[in-house]
Amino acid sequence: MAEEKKIQRKMIKATGEMNRIMADYFYELNEAAKTGEKKIAWCTSVGPAELLRAMGFLVYFPENHGAMLGATRMSTDFIPEANAIGYSPDICSYLTSDVGAYIKGITPLSKAYKGIESVPKPDVLVFNTNQCRDVQDWFAWYANEFRVPLLGIHTHRGVGDVGESHVQSIAKQMQAMVPSLEEISGNKFDLDELKRVVKLSRQCSDLWKEVLDTAANVPAPLTFYDGTIHMGPAVVLRGTQQAVDYYKLLLAEMQERIANNDAAVEGERFRIYWEGMPVWGRLSTHSKMFAALKTNVLASTYCNSWIFTDFDPEDPFTSMAKAYTELFIVRSDKAKEKYIKDMLAFFKVDGIIYHDAKTCPNNSNCRYGMPQRLEKETGVPSLIINGDLNDLRLLSDEQTKTNVEAFIEQLEER
Amino acid sequence: MSLKKIYVGTDVGSSRTKVAILNANKDLIGYAVEKSGTDFSVTAQTCLKASLEMARVTSKDITKSISTGYGRKNVLFADETKTEIGCHAKGCYHFFPTSLTIIDIGGQDNKIVKIDEKGRRTGFKMNRKCAAGTGAFLEEMSARLDIPLEEMDGLAAQSQNMVKLGSFCTVFSATEVLENIRQGKKVTDIVKGVFFSVIKRVLEMDALTENVVMTGGVVAHNPYLVKMTEEIIGRKILVPLHPQLTGAVGAALYARENDG
Repeated sequence: MAEEKKIQRKMIKATGEMNRIMADYFYELNEAAKTGEKKIAWCTSVGPAELLRAMGFLVYFPENHGAMLGATRMSTDFIPEANAIGYSPDICSYLTSDVGAYIKGITPLSKAYKGIESVPKPDVLVFNTNQCRDVQDWFAWYANEFRVPLLGIHTHRGVGDVGESHVQSIAKQMQAMVPSLEEISGNKFDLDELKRVVKLSRQCSDLWKEVLDTAANVPAPLTFYDGTIHMGPAVVLRGTQQAVDYYKLLLAEMQERIANNDAAVEGERFRIYWEGMPVWGRLSTHSKMFAALKTNVLASTYCNSWIFTDFDPEDPFTSMAKAYTELFIVRSDKAKEKYIKDMLAFFKVDGIIYHDAKTCPNNSNCRYGMPQRLEKETGVPSLIINGDLNDLRLLSDEQTKTNVEAFIEQLEER
Repeated sequence: MSLKKIYVGTDVGSSRTKVAILNANKDLIGYAVEKSGTDFSVTAQTCLKASLEMARVTSKDITKSISTGYGRKNVLFADETKTEIGCHAKGCYHFFPTSLTIIDIGGQDNKIVKIDEKGRRTGFKMNRKCAAGTGAFLEEMSARLDIPLEEMDGLAAQSQNMVKLGSFCTVFSATEVLENIRQGKKVTDIVKGVFFSVIKRVLEMDALTENVVMTGGVVAHNPYLVKMTEEIIGRKILVPLHPQLTGAVGAALYARENDG
């Protein structure tokens, strides 16, 4: 019988430092929730985190918690709890698993960080619908639960070229939040502080981009699976010095790997682009599956989503509005296709895999003919796999494996 | 080259296990089909034994052996594994060496595989995690209608007024079947409706190219389903001599490759 190959992706040394700063981040939130010394804002992952930080809030991201629930494979136990109170199994499984976990009084933070018993209670919830409309409903549920204010930014969708009117409307929505945030935080808005935070966010973003771009090297020094883990600071700590320092460290390690011709996947034969959400509960399984095929899934739209090159400290509101509207997820299919086409060329990709995540239509770009159009235009073969970000009831491991193996066979025959 | 050299392909599907033995001339000289059951390794071994006997050869004559299908990793005598998608493509191109769209209807999944004029795969699709349009759907319906699976093909062929089933989901379709039974519709018309439902689910998976091949156990046991598909798409469909063995033959052809 043919034996399974044991190739695995190379571990990143900087992981220990990342774990340390992430632990500090969660403990600080936990302390603030207990003592009330600092106000806590819950924010969507691509929301106006910079504004909240500049107003003196500690910022917590429910989407990050959703990903933790997925990665620890706890989600599937909690989703039914949210279904039972009226949140459909067809909507965002971050929402349903997070709300379900809250109802059950369980959080993966307790396992990861001794002494933390619950998610930190918010003083305000701030969403941005640039991810999807589900975040609004998700935050609304908690606003009602905690009896705290809910603020939000409503983003344009299907944007082709980002114009002045788009940017100004978002900038105005952000500015309009300031009086409420001043009242909740008890702090006066300070433009210089916002400029400082946006500057740090921009530095974080630029470094994160540099890290991800190292995957253009052949062989690639990192994988998509590393990216999904190491994007943590870019999501929850951007706007802080810790995130900037961390990505300097990580970048140095990637550059060292390149200098040593060190591949993240030993014997890299094929280079794959991942379009869509990760299957959080299968990160390790998928990573091992591809490594065994000497294939590196090395780049993704998903990890790139925390690159905000438009941030400009000198014009914080307008540049934040631009950065959060230039985002892939809110763009038209035409703009998305151009983006993916550029990525396929930049990362020297052999094939693209689209993840059709059942409960995340906004991050599933394979439902309106895009794979067929891009394959015709670029000649890069594509594969669609059905699954979900968090709800493991919606995927078949065996079908995924057969599809992936068959796709690699197809690449071998080219 | 000695014709005594043999190449074994084993396709362990969710429903049936198939073994095909080819000689060096790529002639099919032995084969067997058994229910996969609960011990894939044992079933594969049983099929191998029967195939060797049919081919009048022994296991010592095996030059190379490749396994495929859901249970491909459970075949103890296989040197390598290949996916069933690759093996169906290889098998079909062997019988029909031209560009093809291959429709394989298996016990648990459907595949549409496209190959170019040189036999290279250009793309493929499998059904989503759903039994609609698969052999499992027919098994469920035969149970609901209390008709042996092997009688469905003959019954469908007798239908004069097909019942239309609209649901995508197997469970909902079963409810529709019960509704039709309640309304006193003829069993033959319901069975044809069930067949039509399978075909619709498969055809909506992908666009077809000019030459279409159908393979798999469902096709092997239900030739009327192929006839219905031909009527729907308006052209002749190619079917290999042993449609259920195509994946196993493809695996044996992979084994035969690079051996003179």
